[in-house]
Amino acid sequence: MSTLLPSAKPPTVSSTSTASVRQAAPALAVSFPAPQPGAWKRGLMTWVAPVVLPVLLLVVWDLAVRKTGTMLVPAPKEVGVTLWDFAFGGIHDDAFSGMLTTHWWMSISRVYGAFALAALVAIPLGLVIGKNATVRRFVDPTIEIFRPIPVTAWLPLSMIFFGVGPNAAIFIVFLGAFFPVVLNTTFGVKSVDPRLFEAAAMLGCKGGSMFRQVVLPAAMPSIFNGLRLGHGISWFLIVVGEMTGVQEGLGAIIMDGRMLSRTDLVIAGMVVIGISGYVSDRLIVALNNRLLKWSPQHNV
Amino acid sequence: MSDANTPRRAVSILKVAGASKVYDLNGQPIHALKDVNLDVRKGEFVCLIGASGCGKSTLLRILGGFEPVSTGRADMYGRPITGPDSERGMVFQDYGLFPWLTVRQNIAFGPKQRGLPEAKLKEIADHYLNMVGLTKFAGHFPGQLSGGMKQRVAIARVLANDCEVLLMDEPFGALDALTREVLQQELLDIWQNTKLTIIFVTHAVEEAVLLADRVVVMSAGPGRIEREFHVPLARPRAITSPEFNQVRQEVTDMLSSHLTHIARAA
Repeated sequence: MSTLLPSAKPPTVSSTSTASVRQAAPALAVSFPAPQPGAWKRGLMTWVAPVVLPVLLLVVWDLAVRKTGTMLVPAPKEVGVTLWDFAFGGIHDDAFSGMLTTHWWMSISRVYGAFALAALVAIPLGLVIGKNATVRRFVDPTIEIFRPIPVTAWLPLSMIFFGVGPNAAIFIVFLGAFFPVVLNTTFGVKSVDPRLFEAAAMLGCKGGSMFRQVVLPAAMPSIFNGLRLGHGISWFLIVVGEMTGVQEGLGAIIMDGRMLSRTDLVIAGMVVIGISGYVSDRLIVALNNRLLKWSPQHNV
Repeated sequence: MSDANTPRRAVSILKVAGASKVYDLNGQPIHALKDVNLDVRKGEFVCLIGASGCGKSTLLRILGGFEPVSTGRADMYGRPITGPDSERGMVFQDYGLFPWLTVRQNIAFGPKQRGLPEAKLKEIADHYLNMVGLTKFAGHFPGQLSGGMKQRVAIARVLANDCEVLLMDEPFGALDALTREVLQQELLDIWQNTKLTIIFVTHAVEEAVLLADRVVVMSAGPGRIEREFHVPLARPRAITSPEFNQVRQEVTDMLSSHLTHIARAA
């Protein structure tokens, strides 16, 4: 990568300037103001660097498919075509053409619905467990027993509880997101520096006001850690949840693709999940950085 | 002049009488303080000095209301101290600032608890920001400040809350020598311009002699007040003067005589 960067610079400059670039290069370097090269480099690092590895993976994938001549795995281009058709239609004209938005919307609303529900229950619970030792003694062991159980193991039971369909998937996501949020919130509250309570008390802060003005902001970095973990797990689990008896959703598409031996569709579904998860994680990170700008070590 | 600032017959503001503090350490009682008597007059600057383990911080925390006495009493204006209160502001060695609040918000924290209107909060914050010279840093977070600046915020924060007593627990102990000198001077200026009573814990003799009207020498095992020493020097005090050196030597001798006493006992 380090060899790529310098060689990538001259062409971008030359495209905006005159023909004899090679000879003019030193003169250009002088005529540009000093921060320019730094800005270029930063731009490259910000926008180009993250793309290098995915492109490399695509190339390897393509070469591997060509070399082996396999019929089981489609080449990147085929997946690209299917993805386009899945999004806009007009190519395959099958049951999946132009259906991306529908499925994507189903999945994303389940992910966020279940995740929000989990946060809504887990944050207050974590705050209470962290603050109140008695509650902690009652609740903590139970949580610790439930925690190591893989959420996917709940799938059969959740289908009995909620029937075959999206509600079972939502329950699975809820459960998966719940634990990291509740545990991190608890940890955040327990690890508030006692000094801050003393400081607040001698400044006249009392009772419930202490909770809002000290406990909550001090625990915020941990709460966000939990939310971010829970959010990642949510995307992971929605697909598992949607793979059984759900008609619409990205998980359902992957399952359909598998049944129909449409590996291109399976991979297209995977790509959409990956990108969606990434984008929504970035949103959480942006919110995190905005709310926690006081704490440089918690800026991701 | 110290005597002009603290007339001998000024009202007693803090009074500790027969106070003991016993901790329980794995079933073993630890006497942090034993039979301590201290009377602090309004406007006085008192330094508590002693080796570590002499209970000087415990005594300060009792005065702050952060810990109860085991026996005896600790009163302010004759009323027992039952908990932390805004009339006694504490300045901790580790600052204890709220890292999620800006410098301005930290300073306005106390007044805000009293439900003052936004405009009044701004006015108070501006005044104390100016007093400690941090106006330009009003929008910074504590994490962006140096140690000396953080301690300025901590001092401004309790002053902004109209405290009458300033309790300071080795407040400049973590600072470099230059910053410490500047802050000591600023603290004296603030003290001389207000009617504050200051109780200042330190283990540095020079700091105690420079700042205090009265130096209270404490010793360990169990923690107790060994002697009190009225600093006879006029202000401003010059650290390099022979008089200053003489007083410093006296206090140092007092301290080390207890230390050798302890060493012999051990």
